Amino acid sequence: MANELILLDTWVSPFGMRVRIALREKGIKFEYKEEDLTNKSDLLLKMNPIHKKIPVLIHNGKPVRESGIIVQYVDEVWHDKAPLLPSEPYPRAQARFWADFVDKKIYDTGRKIWTTKGDEQKSATEEFIGYLKTLEAELGDKPYFGGEKLGYVDVTMIPFYSWFHAYEVSGNFSIESNCPKLMAWAKRCMQHESVSKTLPDPKKVYEFILQLKKRLGIE
Amino acid sequence: MSKNELVILDCWASPFCMRVKIALAEKGLDYEERAEDLFGGKSDLLLTSNPIYKKVPVFLHDSKPLCESTVIVSYIDETWPAPALLPSTPYERSQARFWADYIDKKLFDSTSAIWKASGDDAVEGAKKEFVEVLKVLEGALGEKEYFAGDAFGYVDILAIPITSWFLASEKFGNFKVEAECPKLSTWIKRCMEKETVAKVVPDPEKIYEFVINLRKMFGIA
Repeated sequence: MANELILLDTWVSPFGMRVRIALREKGIKFEYKEEDLTNKSDLLLKMNPIHKKIPVLIHNGKPVRESGIIVQYVDEVWHDKAPLLPSEPYPRAQARFWADFVDKKIYDTGRKIWTTKGDEQKSATEEFIGYLKTLEAELGDKPYFGGEKLGYVDVTMIPFYSWFHAYEVSGNFSIESNCPKLMAWAKRCMQHESVSKTLPDPKKVYEFILQLKKRLGIE
Repeated sequence: MSKNELVILDCWASPFCMRVKIALAEKGLDYEERAEDLFGGKSDLLLTSNPIYKKVPVFLHDSKPLCESTVIVSYIDETWPAPALLPSTPYERSQARFWADYIDKKLFDSTSAIWKASGDDAVEGAKKEFVEVLKVLEGALGEKEYFAGDAFGYVDILAIPITSWFLASEKFGNFKVEAECPKLSTWIKRCMEKETVAKVVPDPEKIYEFVINLRKMFGIA
């Protein structure tokens, strides 16, 4: 049976990047469809009527939605190629816990950094650094969150590395000086082709945010 | 060899704790329930087991802590595979996880927003959003007995505890879930007939009293 994979996505989305990294790590071929989120395709609206969001992975015509769920699905279907989740239940639960932490904290707090000013922005920046330090503590001395190899939490978090420059310029702070271990981890991940081929140029992400702010009417 | 000492750091009214207890009951597992006083003073064990969020439930398996109710329920299902809570194929599992995620994002917050709201307009707005969420879930249920089909499973376990909080919303919002979503109401009754659920989920009247106290604490008129 043909394995037809279509990914509805947009280049700048850290959530979409997670799926692309997972597929590339496993050497799985897929068709990439760039969505214009200001003018969503009929296919996207049909495949994700509840949230109308990307990414959506369409496997032989059937949609899988929500980036974490898609990565787990890909990991289960192609379980013999570059497994991302640990095989034992306890470490697997820990991986899901930390991926959930990233999901709950990183995007929304990061967004506050580039959408606010003054005290609100300063407070968001401090909160954000706090979360990065928590992740650093969890990483410890391991090369990856997954241990010796790139794993589920690494794939969940690394896309935000392409947004770090945008956060830093917007909030006028340095992630490197606050979290050197995390930056070392990020550069280590970038040595993987699946990651370096997927993450966009951070300067382009920053330009994107500037355009988005104009469109949203944020100064 | 594992001793299988199972402990849950618990609050009787927490729907997230109820999820874990139902999952354990479904698997026929014995466990110790330790009540936490969330307002008076959290135990040292809670604070050291869940330093990130300091919340219940925390599940301890031979002293190894697990946090976040959906992570815990998945862990229980994987560690004690029978009877299975999640479906057997990767695609069906992805759909179950999608609905679990939807319930996590929308159900508790939308029902709580009703009794947290001040003023008629705010209450009406919150009610409208809540009913929309219920209708989406009704759509997902369709004609099936349970969310995954014939068997009570993962999505049912994650959703049913939150329904014990509906009475409080109905009283403060002056409406009835049964009138708005009869199919979902039937599903609630069906789940509540199961012994594993009935033993764990408290009387909604008790939750209503709990909510009255919460409103006083939050200073809601």
